[in-house]
Amino acid sequence: MKQILKVSVGFLITALVFTSCNNDKSSKSNSALSSSAAEKVYVAPGEYDEFYAFISGGFSGQLSVYGLPSGRLFKVIPVFSQDAEKAWGYNEETKPMLNTSHGFIPWDDSHHPDISQTNGVVDGRYVYINANNTPRIAKIDLTTFETTEIIEIPNSAGNHSSSFVTENTEYVVAGTRFSIPIPQRDMSIKDYKGNFKGALSFLKINPDNGEMAIKFQLLMPGFNYDLSHPGRGKSHGWFFFTTYNTEEANSLLEVNASQNDKDFIAAINWKKIEEYVNNGGGTKVPSKYAHNLYSDETHTATSTMMDEVLTVNPLDVPGAVYLLPTPKSPHGCDVDPTGEYIVGNGKLSANLTVHSFTKMLDAIKNNKIDGEAYGIPILKFEDVLAGSVVQPGLGPLHTEFDGKGNAYTTFFISSEVVKWKLGTWEVIDRKPTYYSVGHLMIPGGNSGQPFGKYVLAMNKITKDRYLPTGPEVTQSAQLYDITGDKMELLLDFPTIGEPHYAAGCPADLIRANSKKLYELGKNKHPYAAKEDADTKVTRKGNEVHIQMTMIRSHFSPDNIEGIKVGDKVYFHVTNLEQDYDVPHGIAMIGANTSELLIMPGQTETFVWEPKEVGVWPFYCTDFCSALHQEMQGYVRVSPASSNIELSWSLGEDF
Amino acid sequence: MKKSNIIMLIAALFPLALFIFPLWNITLEAPQYPTPLGMNIYINDFADANPYDIKNINLMNHYVGMKYIPEAIPEFKIFPAGIIISSLIGLFIVFKGNYKWFLGWFILMVVLSAAGLYDFYIWEHDYGHDLDPKAIMKFTNPDGTVMGFQPPLFGTKHILNFTAHSYPRLGAFFLGLGIATSLLAYYVGLKTHKKTLKV
Repeated sequence: MKQILKVSVGFLITALVFTSCNNDKSSKSNSALSSSAAEKVYVAPGEYDEFYAFISGGFSGQLSVYGLPSGRLFKVIPVFSQDAEKAWGYNEETKPMLNTSHGFIPWDDSHHPDISQTNGVVDGRYVYINANNTPRIAKIDLTTFETTEIIEIPNSAGNHSSSFVTENTEYVVAGTRFSIPIPQRDMSIKDYKGNFKGALSFLKINPDNGEMAIKFQLLMPGFNYDLSHPGRGKSHGWFFFTTYNTEEANSLLEVNASQNDKDFIAAINWKKIEEYVNNGGGTKVPSKYAHNLYSDETHTATSTMMDEVLTVNPLDVPGAVYLLPTPKSPHGCDVDPTGEYIVGNGKLSANLTVHSFTKMLDAIKNNKIDGEAYGIPILKFEDVLAGSVVQPGLGPLHTEFDGKGNAYTTFFISSEVVKWKLGTWEVIDRKPTYYSVGHLMIPGGNSGQPFGKYVLAMNKITKDRYLPTGPEVTQSAQLYDITGDKMELLLDFPTIGEPHYAAGCPADLIRANSKKLYELGKNKHPYAAKEDADTKVTRKGNEVHIQMTMIRSHFSPDNIEGIKVGDKVYFHVTNLEQDYDVPHGIAMIGANTSELLIMPGQTETFVWEPKEVGVWPFYCTDFCSALHQEMQGYVRVSPASSNIELSWSLGEDF
Repeated sequence: MKKSNIIMLIAALFPLALFIFPLWNITLEAPQYPTPLGMNIYINDFADANPYDIKNINLMNHYVGMKYIPEAIPEFKIFPAGIIISSLIGLFIVFKGNYKWFLGWFILMVVLSAAGLYDFYIWEHDYGHDLDPKAIMKFTNPDGTVMGFQPPLFGTKHILNFTAHSYPRLGAFFLGLGIATSLLAYYVGLKTHKKTLKV
């Protein structure tokens, strides 16, 4: 009996051990974490990543900077949303950056970062990124990794088919997702069809400083313009936009905009329109929009309200716009590195449609027109079709290219990345994503020269992939090695907000140009104090301006008297440091704003409106030095009726 | 011109390279400074090895009460004058003197250089020891005396979290080369002289 007991206990234990082993295996690690995958993403302490990845934050409104292959987060660049950590949109200098024709807007939805290009290759100078909600395009300068320009796009709504650059950064494009009345007016929503318009904006880029100016807006029929990409190489000079809701439904779009068997890819010969505009074509229409510029010298942004744009009716430029029928509400519109193939990712289609640029030109030349939409010629589907990838997956969204003749398409519904071959249209490999992938990114993917080593898939849903954090869990990015025939999942890392899309490039393109500090000698801020002798406190009525300096480890002045209840006190603070990575911060008790985080050589300003009499301290918020805790000061606030003169001091003997 | 005089001409001109190249360099290494802080000492200037280095050395050193490195010191006037005058003397004896004078010039330069080094040592000692009594951080040696922060005159030394290197630079090598060359000129002159005597 004892023997039986022993044996059965032993059996039970063995069973338990095996069961738990099985559990471990089935949970998740069957996919990636073989030791070779770990080695491929391991960047030793002090070593650098091979690529920068600029991953948008989607509804966070920002742009994050990661290293690949490690997946380490380096910086979150504030773009369209206020960021209290960096005082973006809180300090007096950057508030104008978030100004629009609707006034100050503290948030947006940042979607498609794209790196500037020279001769069809990413050049690492600027990143352009779109705000989806209140249409804007921002420019991020990659010497400072700061947002230095934001331009509003008038006559646009749901700025989604944006912000892609042409192969020499001639233009960045901003297409409207929602068509609207242009100009805006009070009318019945039911009268949408035939009356609403979709504006596709072409922003000319100044080659010297990357600055944007709206060159023209093409007023297209009232479809939804979903995504776009420029032609390149042989198709340079053209731009392609996917459309959906060619039904022009204004309600229950999930049903009503899914009825047509085919929507369109709009092919736009922007060179032709540019020529037309340069020769005086187009119509100027009143349109209010903000153009905000940040200066690295004054460390201050200015917001200019513009009042008109040049619009172009596509019918006025014959031969400039054609519609390519494309099955079932295409989402991504992706052009391969040679410029020959235009992929329409028909998200409700069983097959992936690929158009041929050469065949399109041929069809245009031979006038193979198959009808028109609001006067815009429609080419015949069969005449422009290069081929179809047959039943590659469910819900195709986006395609990128490795420069070796392969394409990689994400499938949202079947949650996978599928690798297929351009020209033969055969599927080579498929790998699952965890879960519901949206965009994917190959460094240099939107260019003539992708760096086809990795693909980064960006997932909308993670469910059980990480330790849970309550109902709201992180979204994620997944890195695959694509150097072999088969893709290999290497890494899975959390992201900020929604990792909507990303742009990547070799780190060497950017690293050497990254600034270490702002030169104090070039600081042209009107309230800068460049040395202790410049510090002062001045009063203009109830406005008090404190010109203060900070250096390890004190503020100058650090004792201020003569402030009164009801004053509006401006702290203009200059960081006198000229050493790499020595920022200082400042925060004032009770100030209804954020801290300031000031880089060496920079001046920033916050406003404090003291409401109570007393002696109120301020301090340095960035652990700057061994005596950081000593970096503090006091402001004496006296009653409004008092007549104490302004005085300020530092380090007087006591 | 005699061979020895040509050599002496070169010897007299070499020290003028001090107006182009730094005499000395002090470099400070610490973990937080992956690019070390450095100061190049010219005969007429203290210069940053990398932009803002001196400003940052001053910032570091104020914690232990060291004075700021001055913008100018009297030596910046005396040293250039000394070099110009000694070069002129050298040139004078190239054309007017005989080889024995070359030895005189050699001795003069050795003495002047030694004096310069001694002066540099005095300045360094003062810089490292004349500390602000209100210094933020005060350190003592194991024997209880106040710790000084004098960089080495020549060589490498650990000072708190810094490793200080102090070595001559190209200017000093040219000076040394000039001095050595004058000795060579003397020997060549001496040899030629003896030869002439034999003949």
